[in-house]
Amino acid sequence: MTHMVEIRDLHKSFGALEVLRGIDFTVDQGQVICIIGPSGSGKSTLLRCVNLLETPTRGQVFVEGEELTHPDVDIDAARRRVGMVFQQFNLFPHLKVLENVTIAQRRVLKRGKAEAEKVARDNLAKVGLADKAGSYPAQLSGGQQQRVAIARALAMNPDLMLFDEPTSALDPELVGDVLAVMRQLAEEGMTMLVVTHEMGFAREVADRVVFMDGGVIVEEGPPEQVIGDPQEDRTRTFLRRVLDPTSS
Amino acid sequence: MTTSATTEPSGPARKTPGRTGLSPRQRRRISLGVQSTVLAAGLLLVVLLVDWPLVRETFLDFGATREMYPDLFTIALKNTVIYTLSAYAVGFSLGLVVALMRLSSLAVYRWLALVFVEIFRGLPALLTLMIVGYGLPIALGGPVPGGTVGAVAVGLGLVAAAYMAETFRAGIQAVPKGQLEAARSLGMSHTRAMFSIVIPQALRIVIPPLTNELVLLFKDSSLVSALGIAAAGVELTKMGSDFAINTADSTPFVVAGACYLIITVPLGILVRRLEARQAKAR
Repeated sequence: MTHMVEIRDLHKSFGALEVLRGIDFTVDQGQVICIIGPSGSGKSTLLRCVNLLETPTRGQVFVEGEELTHPDVDIDAARRRVGMVFQQFNLFPHLKVLENVTIAQRRVLKRGKAEAEKVARDNLAKVGLADKAGSYPAQLSGGQQQRVAIARALAMNPDLMLFDEPTSALDPELVGDVLAVMRQLAEEGMTMLVVTHEMGFAREVADRVVFMDGGVIVEEGPPEQVIGDPQEDRTRTFLRRVLDPTSS
Repeated sequence: MTTSATTEPSGPARKTPGRTGLSPRQRRRISLGVQSTVLAAGLLLVVLLVDWPLVRETFLDFGATREMYPDLFTIALKNTVIYTLSAYAVGFSLGLVVALMRLSSLAVYRWLALVFVEIFRGLPALLTLMIVGYGLPIALGGPVPGGTVGAVAVGLGLVAAAYMAETFRAGIQAVPKGQLEAARSLGMSHTRAMFSIVIPQALRIVIPPLTNELVLLFKDSSLVSALGIAAAGVELTKMGSDFAINTADSTPFVVAGACYLIITVPLGILVRRLEARQAKAR
């Protein structure tokens, strides 16, 4: 069986700075993988390499068996199958919520107006924002904007969803709504790759937790092992700081 | 002033001692007094020294302008508007193309766009207009398509395009990078993402400077008066100067000038409103 995502010996440098130094891992259909680690460890870069928003310096990325790092690949077609949710939401501010969710369906998938709007409304309802279709992004709270961003990605019927610190830019009281949507998505069997600092979410929802530091995977395994009983010193130090910021 | 605490005599008054020993408030009052005195003296001098009847006869002798109507509006103002809008249309579309070339990943395009901008931003608009108006018909072996309007649209449009290209480029670069990334992550091609997502936002950002460019172009349309055009193509400045020469009076200049202000002042107010609205939205 082909893996949903397979990454082989991935390297990425920005100039002299080597951000990823040899990453290998796989994600299977329906799995939820949480990537944790200190800032600057390369988590976001790794995620952005999966849909080639960053071009790897070396190594291969496969999604559903297709090598995206191959020079001949149609990257636009490949990205349609991979949804992405950003830390800063990146909704299109000049478009209403409904248009945010329909524009790529219309322009990329060439769906008709009626069909695109139906798909959009279904997905907005799913994230609990059916009544916000006519609003502009600026009129929504951060949590609502992020849920629209999730609906926008889901409307493309992706096989895989990438989440790049989806709750890091939110006020604490708004984090719960977004995590609830993500949890529901995981229960429905969506394959998800989540860069996050939410240890509670990782512990409850993830099938596997990957701890990264210094551009490499230090430790990975089921959450009860990586978060509950970490084997590596670096993992232990990081978790101590995250789970109890006052101790250090 | 770290030493002031030790050198100053400790008194109850929090006076900042300057060389004059005056407080800032006292100094400000004196400065205001001097400014008002200068203004009053200047006004008095103007009122006393100017020969007012002569001024009125030169600039405000509206009897000399009677023959300007209705052609002033039906021909001159209309032509000014036509020249402005046609040059603006050329400047807008060409400017957008040049801006996209400036941002191209192909070095040749970037280089060509830069050369274009430097040339037409550097040449005087009058010179460009004359090259197009006089030189182009000879080079083409016939009149410029569209006649005078065509020549003006190209001549002034080239200059406007150079300025607008830089404005568009700044606008496009002001759209956050995440917008393009979000569009690309949804499977849009780079071109699709630019036209559906980035450029619409960039245009909103540059509406105030683009409106300003319209005001500038409206005034620059007066350069057409130097082209030697047929009576039907006369615009405001040409008409004003023709009548001023015929009547040996400067009032026609004033009347033509008022016609410009009728358009430029409301546009200027519009620009300030748009800028204020944008400042609020940020």
